[in-house]
Amino acid sequence: MIQHAPVLIIIIPLLAALMNLIVGLWRKRLCYLFTVAALGTCVFLSVAILDIVAGHGTITYKLGGWPPPWGIAYVIDHLNAFMLVIVSFISLVVAVYSKVSIEKELPEKIIQFYTLFLLLVTGLLGILATGDVFNLFVFLEIASLAGYALIAVGDDRAPLASFNYVIMGTIGACFYLLGVGYLYIATGSLNMADLSQLLPELYDSRVVLGAFAFLMVGVAIKMAFFPLHKWLPDAYTHAPSAVSAFIASTMTKVGAYVMIRIMFTVFKPYFSIEVIPVTAILGWLAVAAMLYGCIRAIAQTDVKRMLSYIIIAEVGYIVMGVSVGNRMGFTGAILHILNDAFMMACLFLAAGAIEYKTGTRNVHNFSNLYKKMPVTTAAFTVGGLSIVGIPPTCGFFSKWYLVLGAIDSQQWVFAGTLLFSSLLMAVIFFKVLVNIYFGSQPVSGAHSIGGNGAVVMDEAPLSMLFPICIMAVGILSLGFFSGKIISSVIQFTVPGSF
Amino acid sequence: METAVIYSIKPLLAIGVSLIAALLIFLTGERSRNLRESWTILASVIKFTIIASMVPSILAGNVIEYTVISIAPGLSLQFRVDALGIFFAITASFLWIITSFYSIGYVRSLKEHAQTRYFICFAIALSATMGVAFSANLFTTFLFYEIITLSTYPLVAHKETPEAMKGARKYITYLLGTSIAFQLFAIFLTYSAAGTLDYSYHGIFNSVRGHGVSDTFLIITFILFMAGITKAAMMPFHSWLPAAMVAPTPVSALLHAVAVVKTGVFVVVKVVLHIFGINLLSQLGLGTALAYFASFTIIVASIIALRQDNLKARLAYSTVSQLSYVILGVALLTPSGITGSIMQIVLHAFGKITLFFAAGAIYVTAHKTRVSELDGIGKQMPFTMAAFTAGAISMIGIPPLGGFLSKWFLGIGAIEAGQIPIIIVLATSTILNACYFLPIVHRAFLKEATDSTDKNSSLVTRYSSIKEAPALMVGALVLTASGAVALFFKPSLFLDLARMVAASVTGVN
Repeated sequence: MIQHAPVLIIIIPLLAALMNLIVGLWRKRLCYLFTVAALGTCVFLSVAILDIVAGHGTITYKLGGWPPPWGIAYVIDHLNAFMLVIVSFISLVVAVYSKVSIEKELPEKIIQFYTLFLLLVTGLLGILATGDVFNLFVFLEIASLAGYALIAVGDDRAPLASFNYVIMGTIGACFYLLGVGYLYIATGSLNMADLSQLLPELYDSRVVLGAFAFLMVGVAIKMAFFPLHKWLPDAYTHAPSAVSAFIASTMTKVGAYVMIRIMFTVFKPYFSIEVIPVTAILGWLAVAAMLYGCIRAIAQTDVKRMLSYIIIAEVGYIVMGVSVGNRMGFTGAILHILNDAFMMACLFLAAGAIEYKTGTRNVHNFSNLYKKMPVTTAAFTVGGLSIVGIPPTCGFFSKWYLVLGAIDSQQWVFAGTLLFSSLLMAVIFFKVLVNIYFGSQPVSGAHSIGGNGAVVMDEAPLSMLFPICIMAVGILSLGFFSGKIISSVIQFTVPGSF
Repeated sequence: METAVIYSIKPLLAIGVSLIAALLIFLTGERSRNLRESWTILASVIKFTIIASMVPSILAGNVIEYTVISIAPGLSLQFRVDALGIFFAITASFLWIITSFYSIGYVRSLKEHAQTRYFICFAIALSATMGVAFSANLFTTFLFYEIITLSTYPLVAHKETPEAMKGARKYITYLLGTSIAFQLFAIFLTYSAAGTLDYSYHGIFNSVRGHGVSDTFLIITFILFMAGITKAAMMPFHSWLPAAMVAPTPVSALLHAVAVVKTGVFVVVKVVLHIFGINLLSQLGLGTALAYFASFTIIVASIIALRQDNLKARLAYSTVSQLSYVILGVALLTPSGITGSIMQIVLHAFGKITLFFAAGAIYVTAHKTRVSELDGIGKQMPFTMAAFTAGAISMIGIPPLGGFLSKWFLGIGAIEAGQIPIIIVLATSTILNACYFLPIVHRAFLKEATDSTDKNSSLVTRYSSIKEAPALMVGALVLTASGAVALFFKPSLFLDLARMVAASVTGVN
């Protein structure tokens, strides 16, 4: 049974998505439990896979027993085993959280929501597990289409935001597919391992160079890498809160994973660093992303929009870590994928709980919110401090490796920008936190929630609070275990030539 | 001297006890104020006891170590208690006990709001201060350094008035901003070049210099450190400290005269002695440069203090000036300079806390904040103003008050280093100190109260009515003033520790 885990982890949410419709027709309430159960199984499987990979090395699972260059193979090494755990864990936590928020935001679409949510998870897990570039495209589209739909059911402006995303996302998918097509023309293979054997001889071929460029641009759109980020803030701001939390914490990270796979598995590291200086270009764009994301975030009053711009900066962090091309930087990037997933989930979940209870996302209305929602705001504080990079929260540790990586390769501008962006993050979060804890002027109007008068504690329901706390505790404990995580998993993900 | 390493959990307990207290204070809340306050008192006494119990083995030449967790290479949460650390810890924890009593008197007299938050933040700040004092590496230092910043922010913003919020914003901008932009960067550079962050008596850069680490790199790192440790309030990064005076007076007294600012100079001392090492700094000429930088701050801050009418602002600028004595002393890189520098940590603490306590007592009793309003206050509050005078004399550095000792050692240190201009700086600063403190004493005792409208009746009341602050407050400030006197006559404990520090880094006994 356990040897089929690589495929089960995709089949289970996929089947659950379909069965969810049937279950929903019978008992609407069961959808929630069914989804949670399916995702719980995924978490279990992903941990089992990580355990096997850590013990015995890379798993190659041949679908239907067909040998790799012809059949589809799922290849799971340390990197994607690690990512599978992150994505499935976050999906479970968000699913637990979604119960009341979806009942309030989308009372008539509960069944559809959970079906789409499971499809989204299927897509993301598929992207991670597969060892085949075309199969990856298929899962990319499953995830994207489910994502478009989930975003579109958000607030009034969500359909427009989703439509923009559809256009950009489709362009990205087309680029990716074109890249895959060119690779197939040049080599006749779609299997990653096979490609990496065949490609080195063709590194001066224009077709291969073109393919690489298409792949990179396509993925850059999907992961909202500056300057192709335009779709992200609207889409993440207007989506339902559970959707924002899940997509924000995983979708861009999975994009980053695909980028790493293409650069360092499908192509050889020396190709991405020397033949085409793509890492140099990415590094400077990452600098721009960090600055742009932070500066735009400062001006935002909508908390979800603010966090969305921060994601753009965080994607910049990850890409920068990869682009410096050394062990420290790469370690930092992978660690940051994990940490950022937790931080973003924590912040978006907390923002969702605040919106659920108070009906506002405007940070100016957060005055004295800590009296009303002490636990949620405490979690928000932890998340914020982690983004700023204050130890002992986990955000500090990934920044530690990222900056050391930049220093190791003498990229002083990168290191300086990282620290400068931390400062900007501090400005962003302090504005919000001061409002939460010290906001003395109650804003007039129906949305005012704080004020000087006695505020009754009125926390979000337990099914929301518990996931939020898990994330906040996770942020704190990941910090302490980062050394362990690096030595037992992340160090094996670093490409050999680094 | 034989150095033995003792492994003990005591450093962690000393830090943890006030964290537990913070939790208990939170749980008790406003329901029972006496119970809540007893947690503070209890924690401060236990903390001091734990720290005091470590003193004998430190004096015997041992160090006490405890590793909480080793997170990753170079990043471990580790404590190592040595002479310098225990010196700072014992100063801060002793004064916390006294400040706790004073705080209770202060917040209750003024019926302050958010008292629970006040005591929680106070306890956390003290925990973090001990964390800095005991830290064994730069990472641990940085971690607790930031916790101090974050936990004292609510104390500075305590009044929640627009003015307080503005001051607090300045406070956090300076402290957090520079520590992330410069100090953290310097830590990164240090690790990248030296491969370790553990403090070493010879300076960790000493061994790597010339092995791919250029002098330019070292100089830049040093500048980044000095710019990043803004808590030391060296100019031009000093203006957060006067801004922080919007805080309640006990906060200014303990945190902005002792715990927070001394953390700053303590880290400077650590960086100078244990990261760079005195050999390296004297070879690079950075010690002299730092000494002159500190001298500039000493003189300029004193001149600014002269023209402050607000009493707390005047004390704040005096603190800015006095803190740079610590930096000056250590920058001389000679045994006596280092001894004087470290002695200044405790001597300034006792003197300045007395002055702040007196300022707070005046505010609580007479609601006066300006120097120009203090005419004749000495007759109304004789104990307070007597203590104030003692504190002022200690600041100026006249025997028999403790402040004299540090100036004495600093002077000798300057001669040892052959820096005669530094002697002139010390002399000038002494005169300036006298210029801004003695007029206050003069006003308080020798001038008649002029502003009172009921002048005729006040003739009667002036003689008869002594109206002092609550006993808890007066007791506290009398105690610290006597401490300042006692330190002159019996400085042996502190002096021994300071000499141990100097000996450990210079190799001269």
